[in-house]
Amino acid sequence: MNFEFSEEQLMIQQAARDYAQRELIKDVLERDASGEFPTHHIKNLADLGFLGMLVDTKYDGGGMDTVSYVLAMEEISKVDSSCAVVMSVNNSLVCYGIEKYGSEEQKEKFLKPLARGEKIGAFLLSEPEAGSDATSQRTTAIDKGDHYLVNGTKNWITNANSGSTYLVIAQTDAAKGHKGINCLIVDKNSPGITLGPHEDKMGMRSSDTHSVMFNDVKVPKENRIGEDGFGFKFAMKTLEGGRIGIASQALGIASGAFERSVQYAKERKAFGKEIGYHQAVAFKLADMAVKIENARNLCLKAAWLKDQGKPYGTASAMAKQYAADIAMEVTTEAVQIHGGYGYVKEYHVERLMREAKLTQIYEGTSEIQKIVISRDVLS
Amino acid sequence: MKILVCISNVPDTTTKIRFNAEKTEFDKTGVQWIINPWDELALTRALELKEGSGGAVECVDVASVNLIDAEPTIRKALAIGADKAFRVNAMPKDAYFVAGQLAEVVKSGGYDLVLCGIESSDYNGSAVGGMLAEFMDYNSVSAVSGINLDGGKITINREIDGGKEVLNISAPLVAVVQKGIAIDPRIPNMRGIMMARQKPLTVSEPTGIDALTSFETYELPAPKAACKMIDPENVKQLIDLLHNEAKAI
Amino acid sequence: MSVLVYTENWDGKFKKLSFELVSYAAKIAEELNTKVVAVSIGNVEKAALAELGKYGASKVIVVCNGELNNLDNKAYNAVLAQAAEKEGANVIILAHNNKGKALAPGLSVKMKAGLISGVTGLPSSYSPMVVKKKSFTGAAFANVKVLSEKSILTLFQNSYAVVEKNIEPSIEEFAPALPAINTQVTNVDKVTGKILLSDAEIVVSGGRGMKGPENWSGIEELAQILGAATACSRPVSDEGWRGHSEHVGQTGKIIAPNLYFALGISGAIQHLGGVSSSKCIVAVNTDKDAPIFEAADYGIIGDVRKVLPDMITAFKEFKASN
Repeated sequence: MNFEFSEEQLMIQQAARDYAQRELIKDVLERDASGEFPTHHIKNLADLGFLGMLVDTKYDGGGMDTVSYVLAMEEISKVDSSCAVVMSVNNSLVCYGIEKYGSEEQKEKFLKPLARGEKIGAFLLSEPEAGSDATSQRTTAIDKGDHYLVNGTKNWITNANSGSTYLVIAQTDAAKGHKGINCLIVDKNSPGITLGPHEDKMGMRSSDTHSVMFNDVKVPKENRIGEDGFGFKFAMKTLEGGRIGIASQALGIASGAFERSVQYAKERKAFGKEIGYHQAVAFKLADMAVKIENARNLCLKAAWLKDQGKPYGTASAMAKQYAADIAMEVTTEAVQIHGGYGYVKEYHVERLMREAKLTQIYEGTSEIQKIVISRDVLS
Repeated sequence: MKILVCISNVPDTTTKIRFNAEKTEFDKTGVQWIINPWDELALTRALELKEGSGGAVECVDVASVNLIDAEPTIRKALAIGADKAFRVNAMPKDAYFVAGQLAEVVKSGGYDLVLCGIESSDYNGSAVGGMLAEFMDYNSVSAVSGINLDGGKITINREIDGGKEVLNISAPLVAVVQKGIAIDPRIPNMRGIMMARQKPLTVSEPTGIDALTSFETYELPAPKAACKMIDPENVKQLIDLLHNEAKAI
Repeated sequence: MSVLVYTENWDGKFKKLSFELVSYAAKIAEELNTKVVAVSIGNVEKAALAELGKYGASKVIVVCNGELNNLDNKAYNAVLAQAAEKEGANVIILAHNNKGKALAPGLSVKMKAGLISGVTGLPSSYSPMVVKKKSFTGAAFANVKVLSEKSILTLFQNSYAVVEKNIEPSIEEFAPALPAINTQVTNVDKVTGKILLSDAEIVVSGGRGMKGPENWSGIEELAQILGAATACSRPVSDEGWRGHSEHVGQTGKIIAPNLYFALGISGAIQHLGGVSSSKCIVAVNTDKDAPIFEAADYGIIGDVRKVLPDMITAFKEFKASN
């Protein structure tokens, strides 16, 4: 057992912290208000190597381990979850999916620009009527010999507009149920793709979320990942890793709110002393600290298992469910500690509270995580 | 041209400063160490100069006088982009001692341009760069807020007491740099972090130079009396207090 | 034996800083039972040179040479080293300003004289020489002992009060050998009509609470009324509202004026590191819990944009009647 981070892991954590605290903080409030996509930050994060940090260096990635990824995600998310989610989707869904299950040609063609951050990926699974229940895909990818013809609508797609490399989950053979599902790599600029309007979200407002409509979109056969019918398993396996990203994001939201609360509790005075020294606030801070520490340990454990090549699906579900739920609790308390200031935008904690909510919903709701966990417990 | 940036290892700028019970040593418990902020800016500018030189700047190396526990900070400099690092394995006793050790690194590496931060945020000596120049008999410029290379010509912006100057000076040169030399310190990228351990970090033993000063004891500033609050509607009271009580105006 | 002090001049004139240095040197010389020799480089009128005697200089060495019009570290140090040798100086005192910081280190190596930079008071011991200096960027003081026979001290502005001695000094011209001048100054941009941050006794400083560069006219007006220099906090210089040369704080300039106005500055630990040695701090901030009030002597809770015009009016009245 060893809880020490390596020098490289600490350096990555510091690099992410420096970027977040120096640059992201500058316009995060403005972008929360305007919903503008952080194009220049994503470019900078790509130059620093954060967008493909988990990809092997031979595919132009950073070659970093998942533990480093957790540390970096936490630091970015302390300040700006909109940037963190771009990083998370690109790294742990799109890049990971192609690197793990794609062909050598697909890696050369699609993975390298994604790992360099020149292109951004999106993961198109959710549908208007298939969110948590991913087996009931209505989007179809009909086998036309040398290509697939894709039709249907995908919902709540992160990076839908900023991204250009789509991983689309679609039903090829409905008779085979989830074994008839495929994952296709689709260029966003293919004829027949249209985007719905930018979703006006409660939080993570400067990440771009759209619905995506497919109308007779031709996709070459060689863009299918894995064997015919591998798509559902692909999606589930990829989401196992994705959960570590979102868990770390939730962790960062919680610890960002916590750090602001501690600072505030040390400065703000009431009844003649700093509010942190009133038990009502002190105990809240203690509870928050314990929850965050637990969430961090769960995230790091899942990351460590993944890095060791051991099964991590349950561990990542635990991390995601717990971190997301405590992020909601911790940010709510952070607003409470800040009192009236907590309710105004300038103090950031109300925004963090809005951002926390999404971590309980996307990439598998907390309830779905409990299904995963309980199935494992009962198996 | 070969550039050397001298770096020191200092407590993070938010560190609460404490000393041992005898008040003879800084208490390093739990302290996070960083590259001295001015040195980090110097390194950033040095790398910019190299990148913009079209190959004229052959290398940007870093040197530090410190014990092995400063190596993470030195490797951070390598991660940021320095090509090689040198560590003289000794406690930095005083500026004279440090500058004397650094002179050996400059001599053996044949550096023509040496950049030093104007002071370290711990001992605030403002001395190593100027001393190093004298040890080497190099030209030196202090309070440098801008440096550019144009062929063999070095153009420098220097702050003087009462304004700014632009000047030319020839290598070999020690430039003692301050704020403005680079906008922000460079953040290392993944590739840099991965490469840091593969880059050469040469350790040498100190030469026999004696320190000229010794830090005997430390003390903390006396605690301040509570702030007197003045009604914003009664600014005249402030003037009265400044004039009659503080005797500041 | 003697105590040598380098008295810088600005366009032929000395400043209060010069007199502080001579007064400080005179006290040390008294303790060591010796005399003060001041070195002046450049054209300064006799009367001004003689004024150094008023604060305790027994002799003034004058070096006039066109080669020395601009600061060249090697050349200036050649002058100071030769003057020190000629006068048998064991202690050399310079200002802890840009010029002093540029020269003292090289001189220390040249003369093998231990350097204590940034001292704020008299030595606590003269043999060996032990002096208190600022360390950890204002968060602590260190007592530093000189191990060599000779010592060099650089003194912070405003840290030693001038004392009048009224000595009639001898004035002596000196023409030391100079090395080749390597510093070719091509452009000088002097700040005129404004008090410099480095020698201001009063500093008026603005922070993010000023909300924008367009509100700085109030700061400048107050500074003008008080004969103060203007300064700013780090976010202000980072935003480009004011130039980097005005940034005071841990990574900017470290100052110690007699009176520091922190207007709309919350007082992050890095800022306090650069100003906490000010003798008196006045803070204006909307947030009553801002850390600046921990460091301040006098505080006003309020929006600086509202309070500042009142301050200007009140200080104007005060200046008119005093």
